[in-house]
Amino acid sequence: MHVEKQRPAGSALMHFLYLIFIDPFVQMAQAPDLLAQTLWEGLVSGMLYALIALGFVLIFKASGVFNFAQGIMVVFAALTLVGLYEAGVPAFLALALAIVVMFILAFVVERSVLRPLVGQPDIILFMATFGITYFLIGFGEIVFGGDPKVMITAPLYLPKGAITYHTLGGMVQLQKIDIAAAVIASLMVAGLAIFFSRTRIGRALRAVADSHEAALSVGISLEQIWVIVWFAAGLVALVTGIFWGARSDVSFALEVIALKALPVLILGGFTSIPGAIVGGLIIGLGEKIVEFYWGPLVGGGTDAWFAYVIALLFLLFRPQGLFGERIIERI
Amino acid sequence: MRAPGGPDARIGDVLLSVENVSLSFGGVKAISDVSLDIRKGEIRAIIGPNGAGKTSMLNVINGFYTPQRGRITFRGQTRSKMRPHEAAEGGIARTFQNVALFRGMSALDNIMAGRTLKMHKNLFWQLLRWGPAMAEEVAHRREVEEIIDFLKIQDIRRVPVGRLPYGLQKRVELGRALAMEPDLLLLDEPMAGMNLEEKEDMSRYILDANEHFGTTIALIEHDMGVVMDLSDRVVVLDHGIKIADGTPAEVKNDQAVIDAYLGVAH
Repeated sequence: MHVEKQRPAGSALMHFLYLIFIDPFVQMAQAPDLLAQTLWEGLVSGMLYALIALGFVLIFKASGVFNFAQGIMVVFAALTLVGLYEAGVPAFLALALAIVVMFILAFVVERSVLRPLVGQPDIILFMATFGITYFLIGFGEIVFGGDPKVMITAPLYLPKGAITYHTLGGMVQLQKIDIAAAVIASLMVAGLAIFFSRTRIGRALRAVADSHEAALSVGISLEQIWVIVWFAAGLVALVTGIFWGARSDVSFALEVIALKALPVLILGGFTSIPGAIVGGLIIGLGEKIVEFYWGPLVGGGTDAWFAYVIALLFLLFRPQGLFGERIIERI
Repeated sequence: MRAPGGPDARIGDVLLSVENVSLSFGGVKAISDVSLDIRKGEIRAIIGPNGAGKTSMLNVINGFYTPQRGRITFRGQTRSKMRPHEAAEGGIARTFQNVALFRGMSALDNIMAGRTLKMHKNLFWQLLRWGPAMAEEVAHRREVEEIIDFLKIQDIRRVPVGRLPYGLQKRVELGRALAMEPDLLLLDEPMAGMNLEEKEDMSRYILDANEHFGTTIALIEHDMGVVMDLSDRVVVLDHGIKIADGTPAEVKNDQAVIDAYLGVAH
Protein backbone atom coordinates (compact mmCIF):
# COMPACT_ATOMS: atom_id res chain seq x y z
CA MET A 1 0.00 0.00 0.00
CA HIS A 2 2.98 2.29 0.38
CA VAL A 3 5.45 2.81 -2.33
CA GLU A 4 8.92 1.80 -1.36
CA LYS A 5 11.15 4.77 -1.54
CA GLN A 6 14.45 3.06 -1.74
CA ARG A 7 15.81 -0.40 -1.58
CA PRO A 8 18.99 -0.88 0.41
CA ALA A 9 21.65 -2.80 -1.27
CA GLY A 10 22.32 -6.23 0.13
CA SER A 11 20.57 -9.45 0.85
CA ALA A 12 16.91 -10.18 1.27
CA LEU A 13 17.56 -10.28 4.98
CA MET A 14 18.69 -6.68 4.97
CA HIS A 15 15.58 -5.77 3.09
CA PHE A 16 13.45 -7.62 5.56
CA LEU A 17 15.11 -5.87 8.51
CA TYR A 18 14.61 -2.59 6.72
CA LEU A 19 10.89 -3.28 6.36
CA ILE A 20 10.59 -4.08 10.05
CA PHE A 21 12.83 -1.54 11.68
CA ILE A 22 13.05 1.45 9.38
CA ASP A 23 10.30 1.62 6.83
CA PRO A 24 7.39 2.02 9.29
CA PHE A 25 9.09 5.02 10.88
CA VAL A 26 9.80 6.54 7.51
CA GLN A 27 6.11 6.22 6.74
CA MET A 28 5.19 7.83 10.06
CA ALA A 29 7.48 10.76 9.36
CA GLN A 30 6.24 11.19 5.82
CA ALA A 31 2.53 11.21 6.63
CA PRO A 32 2.09 12.72 10.10
CA ASP A 33 -1.65 13.16 9.53
CA LEU A 34 -2.09 9.41 9.09
CA LEU A 35 -0.02 8.84 12.20
CA ALA A 36 -2.19 11.26 14.17
CA GLN A 37 -5.35 9.58 12.90
CA THR A 38 -4.02 6.16 13.85
CA LEU A 39 -3.01 7.37 17.30
CA TRP A 40 -6.47 8.83 17.86
CA GLU A 41 -8.18 5.63 16.79
CA GLY A 42 -5.85 3.75 19.09
CA LEU A 43 -6.66 6.02 22.00
CA VAL A 44 -10.39 5.63 21.46
CA SER A 45 -10.39 1.87 21.30
CA GLY A 46 -7.90 1.83 24.15
CA MET A 47 -10.32 3.80 26.23
CA LEU A 48 -13.09 1.36 25.53
CA TYR A 49 -10.81 -1.51 26.51
CA ALA A 50 -10.02 0.42 29.66
CA LEU A 51 -13.73 0.73 30.44
CA ILE A 52 -14.27 -3.00 30.13
CA ALA A 53 -11.19 -3.71 32.21
CA LEU A 54 -12.45 -1.27 34.82
CA GLY A 55 -15.53 -3.40 35.38
CA PHE A 56 -13.28 -6.37 36.06
CA VAL A 57 -10.99 -4.41 38.37
CA LEU A 58 -13.91 -3.23 40.51
CA ILE A 59 -15.08 -6.72 41.24
CA PHE A 60 -11.57 -8.11 41.53
CA LYS A 61 -10.64 -5.49 44.09
CA ALA A 62 -13.61 -6.27 46.26
CA SER A 63 -13.72 -10.02 46.02
CA GLY A 64 -10.48 -11.24 44.52
CA VAL A 65 -12.55 -12.85 41.82
CA PHE A 66 -12.11 -12.54 38.09
CA ASN A 67 -15.67 -11.89 37.03
CA PHE A 68 -16.10 -13.74 33.79
CA ALA A 69 -19.61 -12.33 33.49
CA GLN A 70 -18.44 -8.73 32.96
CA GLY A 71 -18.59 -9.13 29.18
CA ILE A 72 -22.14 -10.40 29.19
CA MET A 73 -23.10 -7.69 31.67
CA VAL A 74 -22.07 -5.15 29.06
CA VAL A 75 -24.32 -6.82 26.51
CA PHE A 76 -27.15 -7.28 28.96
CA ALA A 77 -27.07 -3.64 30.08
CA ALA A 78 -27.01 -2.37 26.50
CA LEU A 79 -29.80 -4.74 25.45
CA THR A 80 -31.93 -3.63 28.37
CA LEU A 81 -31.54 -0.01 27.37
CA VAL A 82 -32.28 -0.58 23.69
CA GLY A 83 -35.00 -3.16 24.37
CA LEU A 84 -36.88 -0.80 26.65
CA TYR A 85 -36.59 2.02 24.13
CA GLU A 86 -37.90 -0.20 21.35
CA ALA A 87 -40.81 -1.15 23.60
CA GLY A 88 -41.79 2.53 23.61
CA VAL A 89 -40.19 3.77 26.81
CA PRO A 90 -38.72 7.28 26.45
CA ALA A 91 -34.94 7.22 26.13
CA PHE A 92 -33.98 8.75 29.45
CA LEU A 93 -36.56 6.74 31.35
CA ALA A 94 -35.13 3.65 29.63
CA LEU A 95 -31.68 4.70 30.78
CA ALA A 96 -32.89 5.12 34.36
CA LEU A 97 -34.66 1.76 34.21
CA ALA A 98 -31.53 0.11 32.83
CA ILE A 99 -29.65 1.45 35.85
CA VAL A 100 -32.34 0.02 38.12
CA VAL A 101 -32.06 -3.33 36.34
CA MET A 102 -28.30 -3.36 36.92
CA PHE A 103 -28.94 -2.70 40.59
CA ILE A 104 -31.43 -5.57 40.77
CA LEU A 105 -28.91 -7.79 39.03
CA ALA A 106 -26.25 -6.88 41.62
CA PHE A 107 -28.71 -7.58 44.41
CA VAL A 108 -29.78 -10.94 43.00
CA VAL A 109 -26.19 -12.03 42.32
CA GLU A 110 -25.26 -11.19 45.91
CA ARG A 111 -28.24 -13.06 47.35
CA SER A 112 -28.25 -16.14 45.22
CA VAL A 113 -24.62 -16.62 44.26
CA LEU A 114 -22.14 -14.79 46.46
CA ARG A 115 -23.77 -15.10 49.86
CA PRO A 116 -23.94 -18.90 49.85
CA LEU A 117 -20.29 -18.98 48.81
CA VAL A 118 -18.77 -16.74 51.51
CA GLY A 119 -15.29 -17.88 52.48
CA GLN A 120 -15.02 -20.37 49.62
CA PRO A 121 -11.83 -20.43 47.57
CA ASP A 122 -11.61 -17.87 44.79
CA ILE A 123 -11.74 -20.52 42.10
CA ILE A 124 -15.22 -21.52 43.24
CA LEU A 125 -16.43 -17.93 42.96
CA PHE A 126 -14.75 -17.68 39.57
CA MET A 127 -16.66 -20.73 38.36
CA ALA A 128 -19.84 -19.20 39.75
CA THR A 129 -19.32 -16.21 37.45
CA PHE A 130 -19.36 -18.64 34.51
CA GLY A 131 -22.76 -19.74 35.76
CA ILE A 132 -23.91 -16.12 35.85
CA THR A 133 -22.60 -15.63 32.30
CA TYR A 134 -24.56 -18.50 30.82
CA PHE A 135 -27.65 -17.62 32.78
CA LEU A 136 -27.53 -14.06 31.45
CA ILE A 137 -27.00 -15.24 27.87
CA GLY A 138 -30.06 -17.49 28.06
CA PHE A 139 -32.17 -15.04 29.99
CA GLY A 140 -31.19 -12.16 27.70
CA GLU A 141 -32.16 -14.13 24.60
CA ILE A 142 -35.52 -15.06 26.06
CA VAL A 143 -36.34 -11.48 26.96
CA PHE A 144 -34.74 -9.51 24.12
CA GLY A 145 -34.38 -12.10 21.37
CA GLY A 146 -31.14 -13.02 19.69
CA ASP A 147 -31.10 -10.42 16.91
CA PRO A 148 -28.55 -7.63 16.94
CA LYS A 149 -29.98 -4.24 17.86
CA VAL A 150 -28.88 -0.72 17.06
CA MET A 151 -27.73 1.41 19.99
CA ILE A 152 -29.80 4.53 20.52
CA THR A 153 -27.57 7.56 20.36
CA ALA A 154 -29.66 10.46 19.08
CA PRO A 155 -32.41 10.10 21.72
CA LEU A 156 -29.73 10.17 24.43
CA TYR A 157 -28.32 13.36 22.90
CA LEU A 158 -25.02 11.73 22.12
CA PRO A 159 -23.34 13.75 19.38
CA LYS A 160 -23.06 12.45 15.84
CA GLY A 161 -20.73 13.23 12.98
CA ALA A 162 -17.10 14.14 13.00
CA ILE A 163 -14.78 17.08 13.47
CA THR A 164 -12.21 17.38 10.75
CA TYR A 165 -8.92 19.15 11.29
CA HIS A 166 -6.84 20.13 8.33
CA THR A 167 -3.43 19.89 9.79
CA LEU A 168 -0.10 18.14 9.55
CA GLY A 169 -0.23 18.35 5.81
CA GLY A 170 -3.45 16.38 5.56
CA MET A 171 -6.52 15.90 7.68
CA VAL A 172 -7.47 14.19 10.91
CA GLN A 173 -11.04 13.18 11.67
CA LEU A 174 -12.37 12.89 15.19
CA GLN A 175 -15.77 11.24 15.67
CA LYS A 176 -17.81 13.33 18.10
CA ILE A 177 -19.20 10.27 19.86
CA ASP A 178 -15.64 9.15 20.57
CA ILE A 179 -14.92 12.49 22.17
CA ALA A 180 -18.05 12.14 24.28
CA ALA A 181 -17.00 8.65 25.28
CA ALA A 182 -13.57 9.95 26.28
CA VAL A 183 -15.02 12.69 28.46
CA ILE A 184 -17.57 10.47 30.20
CA ALA A 185 -15.10 7.66 30.72
CA SER A 186 -12.50 9.99 32.22
CA LEU A 187 -15.01 11.45 34.66
CA MET A 188 -16.20 8.03 35.71
CA VAL A 189 -12.69 6.70 36.17
CA ALA A 190 -11.54 9.68 38.20
CA GLY A 191 -14.57 9.37 40.45
CA LEU A 192 -14.09 5.67 41.04
CA ALA A 193 -10.37 6.00 41.67
CA ILE A 194 -10.89 8.60 44.39
CA PHE A 195 -13.79 6.70 45.88
CA PHE A 196 -11.77 3.53 46.14
CA SER A 197 -8.63 4.99 47.62
CA ARG A 198 -9.86 7.47 50.15
CA THR A 199 -13.20 6.63 51.71
CA ARG A 200 -14.55 4.28 54.33
CA ILE A 201 -16.51 2.25 51.82
CA GLY A 202 -13.53 2.19 49.48
CA ARG A 203 -11.38 0.88 52.27
CA ALA A 204 -14.03 -1.67 53.15
CA LEU A 205 -14.07 -2.86 49.54
CA ARG A 206 -10.36 -3.49 49.58
CA ALA A 207 -10.61 -5.10 52.99
CA VAL A 208 -13.21 -7.57 51.76
CA ALA A 209 -10.91 -8.53 48.92
CA ASP A 210 -8.09 -9.37 51.32
CA SER A 211 -9.91 -11.38 53.94
CA HIS A 212 -13.59 -12.20 54.39
CA GLU A 213 -13.18 -13.25 58.02
CA ALA A 214 -11.16 -10.24 59.06
CA ALA A 215 -13.61 -7.93 57.29
CA LEU A 216 -16.51 -9.51 59.14
CA SER A 217 -14.69 -9.20 62.44
CA VAL A 218 -14.46 -5.42 62.13
CA GLY A 219 -18.12 -5.20 61.22
CA ILE A 220 -17.88 -4.71 57.48
CA SER A 221 -21.02 -6.05 55.86
CA LEU A 222 -20.02 -8.33 53.01
CA GLU A 223 -23.55 -8.20 51.64
CA GLN A 224 -23.60 -4.43 51.36
CA ILE A 225 -20.12 -4.24 49.87
CA TRP A 226 -20.87 -6.84 47.23
CA VAL A 227 -24.08 -5.18 46.16
CA ILE A 228 -22.29 -1.83 45.88
CA VAL A 229 -19.42 -3.23 43.88
CA TRP A 230 -21.53 -5.31 41.50
CA PHE A 231 -23.76 -2.34 40.98
CA ALA A 232 -20.74 -0.15 40.20
CA ALA A 233 -19.53 -2.80 37.76
CA GLY A 234 -23.04 -2.86 36.27
CA LEU A 235 -22.95 0.92 35.74
CA VAL A 236 -19.56 0.67 34.09
CA ALA A 237 -20.98 -2.12 31.93
CA LEU A 238 -23.89 0.08 30.90
CA VAL A 239 -21.62 2.95 29.85
CA THR A 240 -19.32 0.54 28.05
CA GLY A 241 -22.31 -1.02 26.31
CA ILE A 242 -23.58 2.34 25.10
CA PHE A 243 -20.29 3.35 23.51
CA TRP A 244 -19.30 -0.05 22.16
CA GLY A 245 -22.83 -0.50 20.90
CA ALA A 246 -22.65 2.84 19.12
CA ARG A 247 -19.55 1.71 17.25
CA SER A 248 -20.78 -1.70 16.17
CA ASP A 249 -24.18 -2.93 17.18
CA VAL A 250 -25.63 -4.49 20.28
CA SER A 251 -25.47 -8.25 20.05
CA PHE A 252 -24.29 -11.20 22.06
CA ALA A 253 -21.13 -11.21 19.96
CA LEU A 254 -20.00 -8.23 22.03
CA GLU A 255 -19.52 -10.62 24.90
CA VAL A 256 -16.10 -11.64 23.58
CA ILE A 257 -14.76 -8.18 24.33
CA ALA A 258 -14.38 -9.62 27.82
CA LEU A 259 -11.46 -11.58 26.44
CA LYS A 260 -9.84 -8.36 25.27
CA ALA A 261 -9.91 -7.15 28.85
CA LEU A 262 -7.57 -9.91 29.94
CA PRO A 263 -4.39 -8.54 28.34
CA VAL A 264 -5.36 -5.08 29.56
CA LEU A 265 -5.64 -6.39 33.10
CA ILE A 266 -2.36 -8.28 32.91
CA LEU A 267 -0.68 -5.13 31.70
CA GLY A 268 -2.24 -2.77 34.19
CA GLY A 269 -2.58 -5.05 37.17
CA PHE A 270 -5.80 -6.65 38.33
CA THR A 271 -6.20 -4.40 41.32
CA SER A 272 -5.42 -0.99 39.91
CA ILE A 273 -7.94 1.44 38.46
CA PRO A 274 -5.25 3.68 36.92
CA GLY A 275 -3.66 0.47 35.69
CA ALA A 276 -6.81 -0.48 33.81
CA ILE A 277 -6.76 2.90 32.09
CA VAL A 278 -3.09 2.92 31.17
CA GLY A 279 -3.21 -0.76 30.21
CA GLY A 280 -6.22 -0.14 27.99
CA LEU A 281 -4.59 2.82 26.28
CA ILE A 282 -1.32 0.98 25.69
CA ILE A 283 -3.10 -2.02 24.22
CA GLY A 284 -5.39 0.13 22.10
CA LEU A 285 -2.57 2.29 20.77
CA GLY A 286 -0.22 -0.62 20.27
CA GLU A 287 -2.81 -2.63 18.39
CA LYS A 288 -3.71 0.13 15.95
CA ILE A 289 -0.14 1.23 15.29
CA VAL A 290 1.13 -2.30 14.81
CA GLU A 291 -1.76 -3.20 12.54
CA PHE A 292 -1.35 -0.09 10.42
CA TYR A 293 2.41 -0.02 10.03
CA TRP A 294 3.56 -3.57 10.57
CA GLY A 295 0.36 -5.48 9.75
CA PRO A 296 0.88 -5.48 5.97
CA LEU A 297 4.16 -7.37 6.46
CA VAL A 298 2.32 -10.41 7.77
CA GLY A 299 -0.86 -10.00 5.77
CA GLY A 300 -2.78 -8.05 8.42
CA GLY A 301 -4.95 -9.31 11.25
CA THR A 302 -2.37 -8.49 13.92
CA ASP A 303 -4.98 -6.88 16.16
CA ALA A 304 -6.38 -10.34 16.86
CA TRP A 305 -3.25 -11.44 18.69
CA PHE A 306 -0.96 -8.51 19.36
CA ALA A 307 -2.52 -7.71 22.75
CA TYR A 308 -1.94 -11.25 23.95
CA VAL A 309 1.73 -11.15 22.96
CA ILE A 310 2.19 -8.02 25.05
CA ALA A 311 0.39 -9.76 27.91
CA LEU A 312 2.70 -12.75 27.62
CA LEU A 313 5.78 -10.55 27.79
CA PHE A 314 4.41 -8.88 30.87
CA LEU A 315 3.68 -12.19 32.52
CA LEU A 316 7.31 -13.12 32.01
CA PHE A 317 8.88 -9.96 33.32
CA ARG A 318 6.38 -8.17 35.52
CA PRO A 319 3.58 -10.51 36.53
CA GLN A 320 1.89 -8.00 38.84
CA GLY A 321 1.42 -5.60 35.93
CA LEU A 322 2.39 -1.96 35.77
CA PHE A 323 0.41 -0.81 38.77
CA GLY A 324 -0.74 -3.97 40.50
CA GLU A 325 -0.11 -4.61 44.15
CA ARG A 326 3.26 -6.19 44.66
CA ILE A 327 3.01 -9.91 45.03
CA ILE A 328 4.40 -10.39 48.50
CA GLU A 329 5.18 -13.78 49.88
CA ARG A 330 6.91 -14.16 53.20
CA ILE A 331 8.33 -17.57 53.86
CA MET B 1 0.38 -13.11 88.99
CA ARG B 2 -2.06 -10.30 89.49
CA ALA B 3 -4.44 -9.92 92.39
CA PRO B 4 -3.94 -13.38 93.85
CA GLY B 5 -7.22 -14.49 95.42
CA GLY B 6 -9.53 -11.76 96.60
CA PRO B 7 -11.88 -9.67 94.47
CA ASP B 8 -10.54 -6.98 92.19
CA ALA B 9 -12.14 -3.59 91.85
CA ARG B 10 -11.63 -3.63 88.09
CA ILE B 11 -13.89 -6.58 87.61
CA GLY B 12 -17.60 -6.09 87.35
CA ASP B 13 -20.68 -8.05 86.32
CA VAL B 14 -20.92 -10.76 83.73
CA LEU B 15 -20.52 -9.25 80.26
CA LEU B 16 -20.90 -12.39 78.24
CA SER B 17 -21.92 -15.86 79.16
CA VAL B 18 -22.07 -19.01 77.15
CA GLU B 19 -24.37 -21.75 78.44
CA ASN B 20 -24.33 -25.40 77.52
CA VAL B 21 -22.95 -24.78 74.08
CA SER B 22 -22.34 -27.76 71.83
CA LEU B 23 -20.82 -27.53 68.39
CA SER B 24 -20.01 -30.32 66.01
CA PHE B 25 -18.85 -30.58 62.43
CA GLY B 26 -20.48 -33.68 61.02
CA GLY B 27 -19.42 -36.41 63.40
CA VAL B 28 -16.64 -34.43 65.03
CA LYS B 29 -17.56 -32.84 68.32
CA ALA B 30 -15.63 -29.60 68.68
CA ILE B 31 -17.37 -28.38 71.82
CA SER B 32 -19.57 -30.44 74.13
CA ASP B 33 -21.88 -28.75 76.57
CA VAL B 34 -19.51 -26.01 77.69
CA SER B 35 -20.55 -23.07 79.85
CA LEU B 36 -18.37 -20.15 80.77
CA ASP B 37 -18.71 -16.51 81.58
CA ILE B 38 -16.60 -13.45 81.02
CA ARG B 39 -16.82 -10.60 83.49
CA LYS B 40 -16.53 -6.96 82.69
CA GLY B 41 -12.96 -5.71 82.98
CA GLU B 42 -11.22 -9.03 83.44
CA ILE B 43 -8.65 -10.86 81.40
CA ARG B 44 -10.00 -14.31 80.83
CA ALA B 45 -7.79 -17.02 79.41
CA ILE B 46 -8.99 -20.06 77.53
CA ILE B 47 -6.36 -22.77 77.48
CA GLY B 48 -6.11 -26.40 76.55
CA PRO B 49 -4.13 -28.81 74.39
CA ASN B 50 -4.36 -28.64 70.60
CA GLY B 51 -7.80 -29.50 69.28
CA ALA B 52 -9.45 -28.68 72.59
CA GLY B 53 -12.01 -26.39 70.96
CA LYS B 54 -10.56 -23.07 72.06
CA THR B 55 -10.68 -21.31 68.69
CA SER B 56 -14.08 -22.86 68.01
CA MET B 57 -15.28 -21.24 71.21
CA LEU B 58 -14.06 -17.81 70.06
CA ASN B 59 -15.73 -18.40 66.71
CA VAL B 60 -19.01 -19.18 68.47
CA ILE B 61 -18.70 -16.03 70.56
CA ASN B 62 -18.16 -13.75 67.60
CA GLY B 63 -20.63 -15.52 65.36
CA PHE B 64 -18.46 -17.27 62.80
CA TYR B 65 -19.80 -20.64 63.98
CA THR B 66 -23.36 -21.48 64.83
CA PRO B 67 -23.59 -23.89 67.76
CA GLN B 68 -26.12 -26.69 67.50
CA ARG B 69 -27.16 -26.28 71.13
CA GLY B 70 -26.80 -23.73 73.86
CA ARG B 71 -27.28 -20.05 74.49
CA ILE B 72 -25.12 -16.97 74.40
CA THR B 73 -25.94 -14.00 76.60
CA PHE B 74 -24.18 -10.75 75.75
CA ARG B 75 -25.01 -7.53 77.58
CA GLY B 76 -28.08 -9.21 79.04
CA GLN B 77 -29.45 -10.25 75.67
CA THR B 78 -29.79 -13.98 75.15
CA ARG B 79 -29.69 -15.68 71.79
CA SER B 80 -28.98 -19.09 70.34
CA LYS B 81 -26.29 -17.77 68.05
CA MET B 82 -24.38 -14.61 67.35
CA ARG B 83 -23.98 -13.16 63.91
CA PRO B 84 -20.65 -11.60 62.97
CA HIS B 85 -22.14 -8.16 62.41
CA GLU B 86 -24.15 -8.31 65.64
CA ALA B 87 -20.97 -9.19 67.45
CA ALA B 88 -19.05 -6.37 65.80
CA GLU B 89 -21.81 -3.85 66.39
CA GLY B 90 -22.17 -5.00 69.98
CA GLY B 91 -18.52 -4.22 70.59
CA ILE B 92 -16.78 -7.56 70.18
CA ALA B 93 -13.47 -7.32 68.35
CA ARG B 94 -11.01 -10.08 67.67
CA THR B 95 -7.68 -11.11 66.29
CA PHE B 96 -6.90 -14.35 64.53
CA GLN B 97 -4.59 -17.26 65.17
CA ASN B 98 -2.94 -16.95 61.76
CA VAL B 99 -3.05 -13.18 61.37
CA ALA B 100 -5.94 -12.10 59.15
CA LEU B 101 -4.93 -8.65 58.00
CA PHE B 102 -5.79 -6.85 54.79
CA ARG B 103 -2.40 -7.68 53.33
CA GLY B 104 -2.38 -5.30 50.41
CA MET B 105 -3.33 -2.29 52.54
CA SER B 106 -1.04 -0.14 54.67
CA ALA B 107 -0.94 -0.52 58.44
CA LEU B 108 -2.78 2.78 58.67
CA ASP B 109 -5.58 1.66 56.34
CA ASN B 110 -5.88 -1.62 58.21
CA ILE B 111 -6.42 0.17 61.47
CA MET B 112 -8.75 2.70 59.82
CA ALA B 113 -10.80 -0.27 58.63
CA GLY B 114 -11.37 -1.03 62.31
CA ARG B 115 -13.28 2.27 62.50
CA THR B 116 -15.78 1.12 59.88
CA LEU B 117 -18.68 0.84 62.27
CA LYS B 118 -17.91 4.19 63.89
CA MET B 119 -18.22 6.04 60.60
CA HIS B 120 -21.66 6.89 59.39
CA LYS B 121 -21.55 9.37 56.55
CA ASN B 122 -23.38 7.95 53.62
CA LEU B 123 -22.30 6.93 50.20
CA PHE B 124 -23.26 10.25 48.66
CA TRP B 125 -20.84 12.33 50.74
CA GLN B 126 -18.18 9.71 50.40
CA LEU B 127 -18.48 9.81 46.64
CA LEU B 128 -17.93 13.55 46.76
CA ARG B 129 -15.27 13.07 49.42
CA TRP B 130 -16.14 16.43 50.73
CA GLY B 131 -17.93 18.15 53.56
CA PRO B 132 -19.09 15.89 56.39
CA ALA B 133 -17.37 12.78 55.05
CA MET B 134 -14.04 14.57 54.97
CA ALA B 135 -14.46 15.92 58.50
CA GLU B 136 -15.36 12.45 59.69
CA GLU B 137 -12.33 10.95 58.01
CA VAL B 138 -10.08 13.47 59.75
CA ALA B 139 -11.62 12.89 63.18
CA HIS B 140 -11.19 9.15 62.91
CA ARG B 141 -7.70 9.50 61.61
CA ARG B 142 -6.86 11.29 64.87
CA GLU B 143 -8.17 8.38 66.93
CA VAL B 144 -6.22 5.97 64.81
CA GLU B 145 -3.02 7.94 65.25
CA GLU B 146 -3.44 7.54 69.01
CA ILE B 147 -3.60 3.80 68.61
CA ILE B 148 -0.54 3.91 66.37
CA ASP B 149 1.31 5.81 69.08
CA PHE B 150 0.09 3.42 71.73
CA LEU B 151 1.41 0.43 69.80
CA LYS B 152 4.59 2.26 68.76
CA ILE B 153 4.20 1.52 65.08
CA GLN B 154 4.58 5.11 63.82
CA ASP B 155 7.36 4.25 61.42
CA ILE B 156 5.45 1.54 59.59
CA ARG B 157 2.10 3.21 59.08
CA ARG B 158 2.52 3.50 55.31
CA VAL B 159 3.94 0.03 54.76
CA PRO B 160 1.67 -2.61 53.20
CA VAL B 161 1.21 -5.05 56.05
CA GLY B 162 2.03 -8.07 53.90
CA ARG B 163 5.62 -6.85 53.91
CA LEU B 164 5.93 -6.54 57.69
CA PRO B 165 7.56 -9.14 59.90
CA TYR B 166 5.21 -11.42 61.77
CA GLY B 167 5.51 -9.77 65.17
CA LEU B 168 4.55 -6.38 63.75
CA GLN B 169 1.65 -7.90 61.81
CA LYS B 170 0.30 -9.22 65.09
CA ARG B 171 0.61 -5.74 66.54
CA VAL B 172 -1.21 -4.12 63.63
CA GLU B 173 -3.94 -6.69 64.00
CA LEU B 174 -4.28 -5.77 67.67
CA GLY B 175 -4.42 -2.14 66.59
CA ARG B 176 -7.26 -2.82 64.18
CA ALA B 177 -9.20 -4.58 66.92
CA LEU B 178 -8.55 -1.73 69.39
CA ALA B 179 -9.69 0.80 66.78
CA MET B 180 -13.18 -0.66 67.17
CA GLU B 181 -13.12 0.54 70.80
CA PRO B 182 -14.36 -2.89 71.77
CA ASP B 183 -15.99 -3.81 75.06
CA LEU B 184 -14.81 -7.37 74.59
CA LEU B 185 -11.61 -8.20 72.82
CA LEU B 186 -10.99 -11.79 71.72
CA LEU B 187 -7.33 -12.61 71.14
CA ASP B 188 -6.55 -15.91 69.47
CA GLU B 189 -2.96 -16.78 70.36
CA PRO B 190 -1.66 -13.20 70.33
CA MET B 191 1.87 -14.37 71.07
CA ALA B 192 2.19 -17.49 68.97
CA GLY B 193 5.56 -17.72 67.27
CA MET B 194 7.05 -14.72 69.07
CA ASN B 195 10.37 -14.49 70.83
CA LEU B 196 10.63 -13.60 74.49
CA GLU B 197 11.05 -9.89 73.91
CA GLU B 198 8.11 -9.67 71.52
CA LYS B 199 5.99 -11.63 73.99
CA GLU B 200 6.83 -9.17 76.73
CA ASP B 201 5.90 -6.25 74.49
CA MET B 202 2.63 -7.86 73.53
CA SER B 203 1.81 -8.67 77.17
CA ARG B 204 2.40 -5.04 78.00
CA TYR B 205 -0.02 -3.87 75.29
CA ILE B 206 -2.66 -6.33 76.43
CA LEU B 207 -2.37 -5.24 80.05
CA ASP B 208 -2.39 -1.56 79.06
CA ALA B 209 -5.45 -2.01 76.89
CA ASN B 210 -7.17 -3.72 79.78
CA GLU B 211 -6.15 -1.15 82.38
CA HIS B 212 -6.33 2.13 80.48
CA PHE B 213 -9.26 1.47 78.18
CA GLY B 214 -11.04 -0.94 80.53
CA THR B 215 -11.34 -3.44 77.71
CA THR B 216 -12.47 -6.89 78.72
CA ILE B 217 -10.20 -9.48 77.15
CA ALA B 218 -10.60 -13.16 76.41
CA LEU B 219 -7.44 -14.76 75.14
CA ILE B 220 -6.21 -18.10 73.98
CA GLU B 221 -2.56 -18.72 74.67
CA HIS B 222 -0.23 -21.67 74.88
CA ASP B 223 2.56 -20.02 76.84
CA MET B 224 1.61 -20.92 80.42
CA GLY B 225 3.91 -18.32 81.91
CA VAL B 226 2.10 -15.60 80.00
CA VAL B 227 -1.31 -17.01 80.86
CA MET B 228 -0.55 -17.18 84.55
CA ASP B 229 0.86 -13.64 84.57
CA LEU B 230 -1.85 -11.95 82.59
CA SER B 231 -5.13 -13.53 83.38
CA ASP B 232 -7.59 -13.11 86.19
CA ARG B 233 -9.41 -16.36 85.53
CA VAL B 234 -8.63 -19.34 83.36
CA VAL B 235 -10.93 -21.88 81.77
CA VAL B 236 -9.41 -25.15 80.56
CA LEU B 237 -10.85 -27.14 77.68
CA ASP B 238 -9.84 -30.60 76.57
CA HIS B 239 -11.42 -32.48 73.67
CA GLY B 240 -14.25 -29.98 73.66
CA ILE B 241 -15.10 -30.47 77.32
CA LYS B 242 -14.51 -28.00 80.10
CA ILE B 243 -12.26 -29.61 82.66
CA ALA B 244 -11.43 -26.69 84.94
CA ASP B 245 -12.31 -23.08 85.59
CA GLY B 246 -10.83 -20.75 88.17
CA THR B 247 -7.94 -18.50 89.11
CA PRO B 248 -4.55 -19.31 87.60
CA ALA B 249 -3.40 -20.77 90.92
CA GLU B 250 -6.40 -23.07 91.20
CA VAL B 251 -6.13 -24.26 87.65
CA LYS B 252 -2.40 -24.88 87.85
CA ASN B 253 -2.85 -27.39 90.64
CA ASP B 254 -5.92 -29.10 89.22
CA GLN B 255 -5.28 -32.80 88.65
CA ALA B 256 -7.49 -33.00 85.53
CA VAL B 257 -5.52 -30.14 83.97
CA ILE B 258 -2.18 -31.71 84.75
CA ASP B 259 -3.40 -34.99 83.25
CA ALA B 260 -4.68 -33.28 80.11
CA TYR B 261 -1.39 -31.54 79.50
CA LEU B 262 0.98 -34.32 80.45
CA GLY B 263 -1.11 -37.21 79.27
CA VAL B 264 -2.25 -39.92 81.66
CA ALA B 265 -2.22 -43.69 81.50
CA HIS B 266 -5.70 -45.11 81.26
